Amino acid sequence: MIRTFAILLRQYYLVRGSASRVIPMFAWVVVDILLWGFITRYLNAVAGPRLDFVPVLLGAAVLWDFFTRVMHGVTMTFFEDVWSRNFLNLFASPLSLSEYLAGLVLSSVVTSLVGLVAMLIVAVVLFGFSIVSYGVTVIAFLLLLFLFGIALGIVGSAIVLRLGPAAEWFVWPIPALVSPFAGVFYPVSTLPTWMQYVATVLPPSYVFEGLRAIVSGAPWSPSTLWIGAALAIVDVLLACWFFGWVYRYAVRTGLIARYSAETVS
Amino acid sequence: MIRDTFSRVSLQRLQGQAPRHGSGQAVLAVSHLRKAYGAVQAVDDVSFEIGPREIVGLLGPNGAGKTTTINMVLGVLEPSAGTVRIEGIDLASQRAQALRRTNFAAVYAPLPGNLTVEQNLRVFGLIYGVRHLESRINAVLSQYELERFRRVKCGVLSSGEQTRVSLAKAMINAPHLLLLDEPTASLDPATARDLRMRIRDFTTSEGGGVLWTSHNMYEVEEVCDRVLFLSRGRILLEGNPKTLPEEHGKRTLEELFITIAREPLSLDGAALIP
Repeated sequence: MIRTFAILLRQYYLVRGSASRVIPMFAWVVVDILLWGFITRYLNAVAGPRLDFVPVLLGAAVLWDFFTRVMHGVTMTFFEDVWSRNFLNLFASPLSLSEYLAGLVLSSVVTSLVGLVAMLIVAVVLFGFSIVSYGVTVIAFLLLLFLFGIALGIVGSAIVLRLGPAAEWFVWPIPALVSPFAGVFYPVSTLPTWMQYVATVLPPSYVFEGLRAIVSGAPWSPSTLWIGAALAIVDVLLACWFFGWVYRYAVRTGLIARYSAETVS
Repeated sequence: MIRDTFSRVSLQRLQGQAPRHGSGQAVLAVSHLRKAYGAVQAVDDVSFEIGPREIVGLLGPNGAGKTTTINMVLGVLEPSAGTVRIEGIDLASQRAQALRRTNFAAVYAPLPGNLTVEQNLRVFGLIYGVRHLESRINAVLSQYELERFRRVKCGVLSSGEQTRVSLAKAMINAPHLLLLDEPTASLDPATARDLRMRIRDFTTSEGGGVLWTSHNMYEVEEVCDRVLFLSRGRILLEGNPKTLPEEHGKRTLEELFITIAREPLSLDGAALIP
């Protein structure tokens, strides 16, 4: 536990002294909420009172940005070790892989919560939208997205560990690749059949279907969230297994010991 | 004499024994260590021990297998075969317990430059489970004359200062086994001499064992109790650095090193090594 705390402390030291690390924690999500807030306000103006776009689109944007922050929280903490070539110092120590991954997750918890609070404040103050007004279900939504964000963050980190620092450009667009299938801003039924099949194995699709149902007052069974939660837990376990597999490969081949862009790309 | 030395070492290896040195439990026992990359044997059946208060030099030309051996002892490279035991604890099965007793410094593993000296020491002190961490940080800062750099980011320090920070980190947990890969490579002669004295003090006062690689034969002769010459992944020679050159008909350790690097088989008895 103390070694996990050491990873969190390291991240705290880095963030504390660096505006370039603090600002991205909330700046981009605030810009995103502003953008979606004004879009929804415009859509409400042209569409009339038939449908309130604010909770549907802005709510989705808040949740999706939270998910993205969680994933990037994990990968950013991992990238700090990539950029400072710190793997040899870390992995030649008593630090275990599970302690290290727990440190990445804890760092992500903190940074994603900062982003979430910033988003909620902007959404309430500027657009009068409070996602927490939907009650305890929102916590379930956030938890499920958090788990899936952790899973993708760990997978992204494993990809960079295996392929080298240059592969970080594979990691940044992962949320964008997932979003069309997850039905963030439209019902999954809008998708072609094959994409709907993909959506059924993506935990976020259950969240956004649920959000739309709650907002529009359509019938929706909260129990479907359990499917999403089960999938998210499986995804986290698979992600940890995948990272462990890549790590063992790196130890077997000497990748950890000579990790740099030049040696692995 | 030469043939006797080779024969003794070779016979022990052929019998599957790691040569024993000193008294008490070895802080490091490496047994039949191998690392193959495809058809290339980077380390080939290496066995040795390091006793308490002993500084062992691991010498050899570039590509001889020194860093590969150190990486396997540090647990960041999986051996193809063989075992590593640190104070009797098997590294493969009890990694955390074994590595808690170990630490290292290497020129190719600087500490994160975006953290201050003190922050780095605190983070790694926590990782190594150091008790009374703040007083230990103060002690190593003082020991390596780093107090004035306490709040300076490591990335802006000179290479020599960064080396001292790496050594301070290597000492943060008062390791029983210390691995130093060319620790004085970027230090000026005066600082390098101070460092050698500190490492020597560490072995005498705290009873730790040290595995030291260097290409500076003067330094090796001064600081090491025993040296292992690696060539093509194998231990070719082993002995006291002060007497080994003469035993092999060479005037200096450097002359012996050059011979081993260029023509290892020209040494009398070398063919006996398995």
